[in-house]
Amino acid sequence: MTGRDDWDRRYRAGPSDAVKGTTMSGLEVEGVYGPDDGEFPGQWPYTRGPYSSMYRGKLWTMRMFAGFGTAADTNTRFKNLLGAGGTGLSVAFDLPTLMGTDSDDPLALGEVGKSGVAVDTLADMEDLFADIDLGGVSTSMTINSPAPIVMAMYVAVGERGGTARSHLAGTIQNDILKEYQAQKEFIFPPRPSVRLVNDVVRFCTVEMPLWHPISISGYHIREAGSTAAQELAFTLANGFAYVEAARASGLDVDAFGKRLSFFFNAHIDFFEEIAKYRAARRIWARWMRDRYGAIDERSMQLRFHTQTAGVSLTAQQPELNIARVAIEALAGVLGGTQSLHTDSFDEALALPTERAARIALRTQQMIAYETGVAAVADPLGGSYFVEELTDRLEAQAEEIFSHLEAKGDGSILEGVLRAIEQGWFQDEIAQSSADYERKLNDGRQVLVGVNQFQEPDEPEADILYIGPEAEALQRRRLADVKANRDEGVVHRVLARVRQDAACPEVNVMPGLIEAVLAYATVGEIMSALGQVFGTWTERAVV
Amino acid sequence: MSADHRARGRVLVTKVGLDGHDRGVKVVARMLRDAGFEVVYGGLRQTPETIAETALQEDVDVVGLSMHSGGHLTLVPAVIEALRRRALDVPVVVGGIVPKRDRQVLLGEGVAEVLTPGASRDEVVDAIMRASSRRLGRPASEEKSVVDD
Repeated sequence: MTGRDDWDRRYRAGPSDAVKGTTMSGLEVEGVYGPDDGEFPGQWPYTRGPYSSMYRGKLWTMRMFAGFGTAADTNTRFKNLLGAGGTGLSVAFDLPTLMGTDSDDPLALGEVGKSGVAVDTLADMEDLFADIDLGGVSTSMTINSPAPIVMAMYVAVGERGGTARSHLAGTIQNDILKEYQAQKEFIFPPRPSVRLVNDVVRFCTVEMPLWHPISISGYHIREAGSTAAQELAFTLANGFAYVEAARASGLDVDAFGKRLSFFFNAHIDFFEEIAKYRAARRIWARWMRDRYGAIDERSMQLRFHTQTAGVSLTAQQPELNIARVAIEALAGVLGGTQSLHTDSFDEALALPTERAARIALRTQQMIAYETGVAAVADPLGGSYFVEELTDRLEAQAEEIFSHLEAKGDGSILEGVLRAIEQGWFQDEIAQSSADYERKLNDGRQVLVGVNQFQEPDEPEADILYIGPEAEALQRRRLADVKANRDEGVVHRVLARVRQDAACPEVNVMPGLIEAVLAYATVGEIMSALGQVFGTWTERAVV
Repeated sequence: MSADHRARGRVLVTKVGLDGHDRGVKVVARMLRDAGFEVVYGGLRQTPETIAETALQEDVDVVGLSMHSGGHLTLVPAVIEALRRRALDVPVVVGGIVPKRDRQVLLGEGVAEVLTPGASRDEVVDAIMRASSRRLGRPASEEKSVVDD
């Protein structure tokens, strides 16, 4: 069903008072504009938005990503956030945790608690969520290679605190494919890693109906230097690959399709970004229905989180980044994002200070409550320029899908895996990034404050420093946990992890829950898995 | 051509530690290659020991480290120490997210040059040339940094 009447009926069926429906001067505005027989928001193929009321029904979630030091430090930050009226938590893990490395590993030296919170054992997750009712919040956890272990820990903490796993709500990033392509936080080879991703999907589909088991992420692909079209195409291709893996393991597409969500970058080219989000929704809807046989509308409706482009921020005249972030965030909103993280202006210098993070959040609040842009869904729909850009990005993406499909002899999953193994994505991204750098160097691309409009001798901005104390504390904490656990039990649970991993049809999740409850460390469990799966080294070429 | 390359210098550019942000290191590797250096790309997840070993085996004139994780004050001195233990007098250039006050600390630890976000191609090439001429024992002014492409 398309057209105004259908839209009107759906729109009236739900709430539509989250934002005001008048201009500053008092003119009334409708929830959407367009020809009566055209496509409206909430209608196939969802170019104009997944929901009929969009922000009139519910504003986007202002989800700010945070984490530092020990679990107890971050727990205090979480409780402050919840006390201030927040309902969503978003956990940043430190680099050793993201790489499945314990805090006492020599490789972790200097990195513990630096760019996020350190989690070695269930004891740290217990500290992280101490005195927080996990039945009353939604939690986003940004982690990939060790995602199944962290998922197991969250289930264990929730259930010990009295919340059944079926009542836990949130998202785990769990998108390993983009790690090989862009962010490079991989441990195991691609094929067993996709099996682990799918084990989480299978587990959540059956046991955790409120959980989003993957956040399919283009953000990092763009940050690594891709173009908008590559971000769009690579991300959706990864999405198709996960769908194919889940279907191959016997899941019905509608059983998990509605729980998949996406994560895109908001870069500085305003209209191109808006067109990218619109094209993403349309492509996903078509592929889910026509190729994968989805029937449930929710499986076809692409929902996404947006983060402004860290890579667009400059160390020179860093205050200018406040304006960049505002423009990028506005593109995300006009493109219909469901949640948004705005970067802090000092992120090209260090981790954000509290003040910079507050300005970033206030920027979202200005867009939401001052500007009036949230009143009308897809306000740029029908713009000759934006519609043309949307079509062209879609066409560019379809060309890339054809290439991957040919590579995989008809399977996108196989095509994506082979392209990773051949270094194809990595080379494409490095090429785009080098092209962009050349444009900056010869002035074809202006970057204010960097290659034009520079200021001499800028004073150093105030930045956040994280001292070495957290690292020492965390090492002691881990030594305590290890001293107080039953080593015999740890030995037994790790043996089960290896055994489960060796049988592709067995889901590793129940064994992982058992392992974390015995206080096996993330590093120990990862090496047990690694004994079965092996490790992956990238071909080092530039 | 290869004699010419040798004249400009042989550079190891690499990541160190767990950080996987490799956009910058790859861009710099290409810049240096385009500028006529012989570039050895060390890749991801290198430790101070593997870097010093590669520097020795490949007989490089400069080691370039790309740092984005905030761990530079721990990892960079460890690389310098590993080079010294092998009696390698190879200048180390650091590039990436390094706060101003840490730059002085790194220079004090023996780092030859620190490059920060927004450094242009010419600034990168000049910094590597200065470092490399230190190792090769001749003044940087003998060479021009202009790149034509």
